[in-house]
Amino acid sequence: MLALEVKNLRKTYANGVEALKGINLEVKEGDFFALLGPNGAGKSTLIGIISSLVRATAGETLVFGTSVQQERSRAMSYIGLVPQELNFNMFEKPIEIVANQAGYYGIPRHIANARAEKYLRQLQLWDKAFSISRTLSGGMKRRLMIARAMVNEPKLLILDEPTAGVDIEIRRSMWEFIQQINADGTTVILTTHYLEEAEQLCRNIAIIDHGSIIENTGMKSLLSTLDIETFILDLREAISVAPEIEGVSFVLRDGMTLEASLPKKKSLNFLFSELERQDIHVRSMRNKANRLEELFLGLVDRNSGGKKPGDTQVVAGVAP
Amino acid sequence: MTARISWIGYKTIVRKEITRILRIWGQTIVPPAITMSLYFIIFGELIGRRVGDMGGFSYIQYLVPGLVIMSVITNSYGNMVSSFFGAKFGKHIEELLISPLPSAIILSGYVTGALARGLMVGGVVLVISLLFTHLQVAHTLVAISVLLLTAIVFALAGMINAIYARKFDDIAIIPTFVLAPLTYLGGVFYSISLLPPIWQKVSVVNPILYMVNGFRYGILGVSDVSMVQTYGIIIGSGVVLFAWCMWLLQKGTGLRT
Repeated sequence: MLALEVKNLRKTYANGVEALKGINLEVKEGDFFALLGPNGAGKSTLIGIISSLVRATAGETLVFGTSVQQERSRAMSYIGLVPQELNFNMFEKPIEIVANQAGYYGIPRHIANARAEKYLRQLQLWDKAFSISRTLSGGMKRRLMIARAMVNEPKLLILDEPTAGVDIEIRRSMWEFIQQINADGTTVILTTHYLEEAEQLCRNIAIIDHGSIIENTGMKSLLSTLDIETFILDLREAISVAPEIEGVSFVLRDGMTLEASLPKKKSLNFLFSELERQDIHVRSMRNKANRLEELFLGLVDRNSGGKKPGDTQVVAGVAP
Repeated sequence: MTARISWIGYKTIVRKEITRILRIWGQTIVPPAITMSLYFIIFGELIGRRVGDMGGFSYIQYLVPGLVIMSVITNSYGNMVSSFFGAKFGKHIEELLISPLPSAIILSGYVTGALARGLMVGGVVLVISLLFTHLQVAHTLVAISVLLLTAIVFALAGMINAIYARKFDDIAIIPTFVLAPLTYLGGVFYSISLLPPIWQKVSVVNPILYMVNGFRYGILGVSDVSMVQTYGIIIGSGVVLFAWCMWLLQKGTGLRT
């Protein structure tokens, strides 16, 4: 069954901006789906329409076969949303925020309180459950929104940049939580500027740019189209000049760290033997994990007719 | 959407609203209590003694129903407009907009919250008034029904204001430039029989005059207007405002882009 089906969806705002230009999209039940695109591409508009905060100009959105436009209440009962911006009452306590949200889905108070405790504990917020939300740290506020989105135990969880501004340790714990949610059967749609996050978590991907879907495929098949891989090599002895090997490009990050980009048709054995010949010895190596970033920029660049994407934050936002 | 889900959702909104009113009691309950105490001292006790009787009652007795209904009007309107606009401004109204709850339940929940604040403050003002005078309720059902209906009407009006408002200034304009003049000129402090004929005719187009006099009739048994007109105007304006609110919520004006 499809968790989400978007049919010829259009949105033109009152100021004439055409945010979505007739997009079609399908997300299968149980999927972990990445929705990527530069700022202003139409991601948040699409999420707004799915969650009924934005009215579509034309087209239809089906959540588990239920039309958001025709049967809003039923469609909404399947969804949990973690929005990009903080949107809870800063003067309420986390326990109130989460339990009240459950109430809006018709969950009786005693169950709502139990679920609020369960999700606040899982997201390591229970010790702050009775504090005023305004006093929570940025990462805690983000986790609170995830707890709130989970309290109705949605079949489809939509996360709009849930880890923005969150430190790496908390980000990883959030990833683990969301992966577990997905493993338990919840379909997850994730938008993020951390492309490493999308690459590690998601099985399928759609890239949206200027209101159109420019790529919609499996993550593995998308990554397999990349013909260059980049590796970070830690050297045993410092070098002052990057080596020259035919077909391989090098960037010398510092004397001890070398970045090597080589086509897939060339093997690592070839690289190592060539380096050995130049008396350069590799102590350890790792994948640069920027494959999706390269593909993303290539696709968006192509869609922009060779121009760079208008918003370079996408590049700047990539996690180290 | 089952009735059970709607009922639980409604109760949750009401609980949230009442929790908010009680959490900020220093802003919601105390200021009107102090203001009304000053009215009782200055207009009721000090000036009232010189005014003499009005409508067959001492001036302070005549004043009590007017001040109680004025508190209910101001606070039910104020609660709705500040709470709903605050939720819109802080974006936490989205918690409700993405939920399965229909617009009628969201509206009912907020109206009940506003009603609760109006009644809480009205009750406090009534208790304070008993420190200054004694009262007997002439028509209990009339007093209760006019009080409840008036609170609902102004809660609905507050919702419309909150929906259209884009900034905090927009929620101050109506209470300052429309509500306050209409309330003060709506017979809270005087009987319109004291006015020259031309101003009596002008006064009868003020809907608040009917609410003030309806409640005064319920408490004291005297009124400047007929009860049929009073109920007609209160219920009629309630129906129109409810339909207007529903239309705005269904359309998503100011809430859904």
